[in-house]
Amino acid sequence: MASHAIEVKNLYKIFGPRGREFVDRVKVGMTKGELNERHGHVLGLQNINISMPAGGVMVVMGLSGSGKSTLIRHINRLIDPTAGEVLYDGVDVCKMNENDLREFRRHKTAMVFQKFALLPHRTIIENTIYGLEIQGIPDSESRKRAQGWIERVGLKGFENHYPNQLSGGMQQRVGLARALTNDADILLMDEAYSALDPLIRVDMQTVLLDLQKELKKTVVFITHDLDEALRLGDKIAILRDGKVIQQGTGQEIVLKPADEYITAFVKEVNRGRVINVETIMKPLSGNPEGIPVVLGTVLEVAARMMTVANQTSAHVVTVDGKPVGSIDLATIISAMVTPISHEPSLQAAE
Amino acid sequence: MACSFLPDLLCKFPSIDDTTIRMARKSVDDGFKGLVRAYTNAIDVLVQPLQSFLNFLESVFVNSPWIVILIAMVAIVYYGSRNMRITVGTIVSMVAIGLVGLWNDTMITLAMVTVCTLIAILVGIPIGILMARSERAQSVINPILDVMQTMPSFVYLIPVVMIFGIGKVPGLIAVVIYAVPPMIRLTNLGIRLVDKEVLEAADAFGSSQWQRLKNVQIPLALPTIMAGINQTIMMSLAMVVVASMVGVGGLGRNVLQAINNQFFTVGFLNGFALVAIAIIFDRTSQAYGKRLQKHSEVIHG
Repeated sequence: MASHAIEVKNLYKIFGPRGREFVDRVKVGMTKGELNERHGHVLGLQNINISMPAGGVMVVMGLSGSGKSTLIRHINRLIDPTAGEVLYDGVDVCKMNENDLREFRRHKTAMVFQKFALLPHRTIIENTIYGLEIQGIPDSESRKRAQGWIERVGLKGFENHYPNQLSGGMQQRVGLARALTNDADILLMDEAYSALDPLIRVDMQTVLLDLQKELKKTVVFITHDLDEALRLGDKIAILRDGKVIQQGTGQEIVLKPADEYITAFVKEVNRGRVINVETIMKPLSGNPEGIPVVLGTVLEVAARMMTVANQTSAHVVTVDGKPVGSIDLATIISAMVTPISHEPSLQAAE
Repeated sequence: MACSFLPDLLCKFPSIDDTTIRMARKSVDDGFKGLVRAYTNAIDVLVQPLQSFLNFLESVFVNSPWIVILIAMVAIVYYGSRNMRITVGTIVSMVAIGLVGLWNDTMITLAMVTVCTLIAILVGIPIGILMARSERAQSVINPILDVMQTMPSFVYLIPVVMIFGIGKVPGLIAVVIYAVPPMIRLTNLGIRLVDKEVLEAADAFGSSQWQRLKNVQIPLALPTIMAGINQTIMMSLAMVVVASMVGVGGLGRNVLQAINNQFFTVGFLNGFALVAIAIIFDRTSQAYGKRLQKHSEVIHG
């Protein structure tokens, strides 16, 4: 079954008993601070409009308190919005009745949590089948399906261990296996890797990317780590104080940060791993020189290929081998280092 | 003296006069008695199953050969605790109880405590769950529990005896009233302490309310609920002595007689028998509770 896109439209969330009354005032410009000080309500999200690509990885990035975890909980409505819509396959999740919502959660979504949220009294396999169990699927059938995913995430042999006997990285593999066993179109990952060591985190990102290549689910991934966002995201939205301040591909964000806040974020990024060769290539003039580099190759890889081949120039080719542009090492290096224009504002910000 | 210059009203507390109080008291008492008299039959019907169950269990405990009971007890203790020390301790104390001639009385008390604990669990867990689910239920039930726990047991024995007469059932009700609050409170607490993230995960996968309760809340609250059961058993054992005042037999009655006649030795023998049973119950239920939680002890290094 093909996944569908998720459309978040005009979403507002105001925490507090009378949140609904303040939506209009927020719409005409009441700030988060004013709402909190004068009325004791907390503005969680304001005017969120994101279209999350079907079968792609949507990363929502922001620091703590930016509202990213609140946003992801609106997709399976663990949190009710104050105003706005969350559309999946044309249906507004926010208007579902209790039964429809339960069915939606059982069959269309699966979630992975920051602190794993495994059931401590159940073994790994029993945790993995949880989603199928509450759908009422027979035990033997669900165990068979769960076993496959346990092996896919590399936990073969640990089926009868308890979560407490596993390391954090392994527990999150269980969390991932539990979500995948549900076989849902939407995979929600709420800071799924934030509690893991850096090396294990990269490892788990690879697991996700490999799985995604064949599964093509609509993944919503929450993180506070820009490197993670750039590595995983087909599309990235950056949240601050409950507002989307920029959305687009990783390249767009790194090359054209919308404001100083994002500029500060992207200055530490390894640009060589984000920017593609076609972004900086020049139109082909004359004969293609040097080695061929395929479209979509990131600069770091291109530079490595040229260095190994001992060449200072290369030409960019399509997948079929048709040359479309040229590129040289000096251009690559100047694109890989952080532009000077980003620096002074950073020093001012620090 | 301050009273020499203060007006009388501020010096001596102005109580309602005796006749009015007497009248009010009499009308409440009479009204209550009338109510009880009017519903005697209904109350009897209500109490009957409880009475028969209690009698049945008591006759099973008392009439079975002692060796059968002892073997059954040892088996339960061993499979509950998987601990040799507790098992051997059980054998030694039960044999000692038998040797000093308290076997039958101990069986009567055991039957009573078993029934009381079962009822307390059956009543307490649902109420505890209700309290955990609703703030309003909690705000209503909490003060009632406070009253149940602080009201001297002799006081509520009065209406209980008026309603049910003298016998085992009023004793049982008195014991349950005394022993059920920890069961309710600890069930409530256990469920409220369940990790919010795990609950959220259960919701995210589409659990119904019942699935959430059965798969997540009860299992994760189990250690606390087990502590509640343990407390309930201990309090039932403490209360059977007071309950003997309204006609419950067993070790409690012996203690009561010993108090009335100043039988020092008899008093202590029966007291120690109660202590022995209490320790057996306590250690077994705790060891069992710990064994249930084995999965949480093996922490990854």
